[in-house]
Amino acid sequence: MSTFVLITVTGLGLAGLYFLLAAGLSLIFGLMDVLNLAHGAFFGLGGYAAWLVLDRLDVVAGLGWRFLVAVLVAAATGFTAGALVERLLVARSYGDHLGQVLLTIGLGFALVALLGGSFGYDARPLPQPAWFGATTPLLGARVPNSRLLVLAVAAVLFAALLLFLRRTRHGLVIRAGVENRAMVRALGIDVSRSFTLVFAIGGLLAAVGGALGAVYFNGINPALGTSQLIFAFIVVVIGGLGSVTGTAVAAVLVALVQQLVNYYGAAGVGDIAVVGLLAVVLLARPQGLLGAVAR
Amino acid sequence: MSGARPAPATAAAEAAVAGAAAPPVLEVHDLHVRRGGAHVLQGVDLAVHPHRVTALLGRNGAGKTTTLLAVLGLLPGTGRVRLDGEDVLGVPTARLVRRGIGYVPEDREVFGALTVAENLRLAARTPQAAERLDRVHELFPDLRQRHRQRAGTLSGGQQQMLAIARALLNPNRLLLVDEPTKGLAPAVVADVVAALQRAAAETTVLLVEQNLRVARQLAGDVVVLDHGRVAHRGDAAGLFADPGRVAALLGVSGPPGPPGPPGGARTAGARP
Repeated sequence: MSTFVLITVTGLGLAGLYFLLAAGLSLIFGLMDVLNLAHGAFFGLGGYAAWLVLDRLDVVAGLGWRFLVAVLVAAATGFTAGALVERLLVARSYGDHLGQVLLTIGLGFALVALLGGSFGYDARPLPQPAWFGATTPLLGARVPNSRLLVLAVAAVLFAALLLFLRRTRHGLVIRAGVENRAMVRALGIDVSRSFTLVFAIGGLLAAVGGALGAVYFNGINPALGTSQLIFAFIVVVIGGLGSVTGTAVAAVLVALVQQLVNYYGAAGVGDIAVVGLLAVVLLARPQGLLGAVAR
Repeated sequence: MSGARPAPATAAAEAAVAGAAAPPVLEVHDLHVRRGGAHVLQGVDLAVHPHRVTALLGRNGAGKTTTLLAVLGLLPGTGRVRLDGEDVLGVPTARLVRRGIGYVPEDREVFGALTVAENLRLAARTPQAAERLDRVHELFPDLRQRHRQRAGTLSGGQQQMLAIARALLNPNRLLLVDEPTKGLAPAVVADVVAALQRAAAETTVLLVEQNLRVARQLAGDVVVLDHGRVAHRGDAAGLFADPGRVAALLGVSGPPGPPGPPGGARTAGARP
C-alpha cells in the first residue's frame, strides 16, 4: 500500500509539471491556432534562471528564500520570453501554419543550443533547501517533500489561472477567442493583445515548471523541456484544445498511467501506455475530454 | 416647446426621407472577393443611406453574407469600402467596428461556453453600454432572467435575441444584420422583427434577409445580388409592388402583407 501511495504522489508531482508545460500550450493553440514547438525551451529557460539565482545570488540569505526568489525570477523570465517571442516572431506568421512549425522548431533548437553553449549539456543540480530532500509520512508512505511542493505550486497556479480566465476582462476575451476568434474581432476587440498575453502566460507557466522540474528531476539540462514536450502535447490533446481544466485532468491521467505502469509493469512501458491512453480518448472523444473551451 | 416638435412617427419618416438625400453612411464600390478559388463578389456597388434600412437580397450563394464579411474586414477583398466617406477596406476588423459598426452574424455565433451576462459584458465597448444594458433587458426580458445561463444552452430564438442584444449595447453608426430570422419559429420572428424595428429607429441598417415578408416589413431600400453582381437596386416598395420582377430576381413570389413605412421599419422614439 505504501508503495502505491508513493508512486501515486510521485505521479501527481509529475502531473503538476505536465500541467505547467501543457496549459500554456493548450491556450496558445486554442486561441491562436499556433502549435508552439519551442514551448519546451521556456521550460529550460525557467530551469536555468532558477539555477542562476540559487547558485549565484548569495546576497539572499537562506536557501528557502532564495528558492522563492528563483521561482519568481523564472516566472518573470518565462513571461518576458513568451511576450517577446510572440511579438517579434510568431506575430509575423499568423495563418501560415507551415511557417509557424518551421519557426518554432528552429527557435526551440536555437534556444536549446544557446543554453547548452552557455551552461554546458550536463545536468546542473539545483542547490535546494534541506526540507526538499526530507519526507512527509502519508498513508503509510514516506513521500519526498519535493513531490508535494511541485504538486502544491501547480495546484495554486491552476487555481490562479482559472480565476484569471473567469474573473478578468482579459480572461473573458481569451475564453471567447478560443471559441470564435473572428467574432471577438467583430465585437471590436483587439485580440492581438490577448495573443501576446497568452503567450506570456504560457511562457510563465512553463518556466515555473522548469524551475520545479529541476528539483523533481534532480537537475536541469538544456533539452529537459524539449524531452517533456511530447507528453505535454499528449496531455493537451487528451484534455481538449483550449481547455485549462481538461489539461489539468489529462495531466493527472497521463502522469499516473505512466508512473503506475512503469512501476507495476516494466520500465518504459508506461510511455507506451500513455500513447495507448491517447488512442482510446481520441477514438471515444475526438475533441478531447473537455473540448475546445477555455475553462 | 414640445408642441413645436413633429410627432415622433412623422419625425422618423422625415429623417428617413432626408437620409435618402444625405451622403451614404456606407459606400461599396467595385468590391471583389475570392473565396476558395471562387470569384464570389464580382464588382459589387451599393450605398446605404443614413436612417434607412437597406435590404440586401438574393438567392443562396449570391454573395450577400460575403459582402457583409468583406465590409467588416473579416474577408479580404479589393475595391473600395467607405464608412462615412472614409476608406476602410483593409482596416482591421476590431478598429473598424469601434468606429461604430454593430454586427449580428448569420447563425448567431454567440459564445456558447460563456453565460448570457458574459456575452453581453464582452460586447460592451462604449461608456453608454451600461445604461443601454437596461434598455436591452427591457427589450429582451428573457435575457435578464437567464443571465447566468450558458449561451450554448439557450434556444435558437434566445440565442438570436442575445446576438441582437450584443449589437444594440453600443450606439452604432451602422448595423449589419445577417439573416436574423433564419430557422426561427414564426412567433420568435415577430419578436426579432420588433427588436430590429426599434434598432432601426436610431441607426442605419444593412440587412441580409431571405424572408421577403420580413424584408418588406423592415426595408426602405433594396439591393439584389445575383452571382456576385448587383442585379437591382431601388426602393423596397417599388420592387415588392412588382411580383413579376421579384420572381425574376429572386425566384420566388412577392411577399404578402403591407409594406413598411418610408425608409424602412422604424418606430420613432423607440429605444434603443
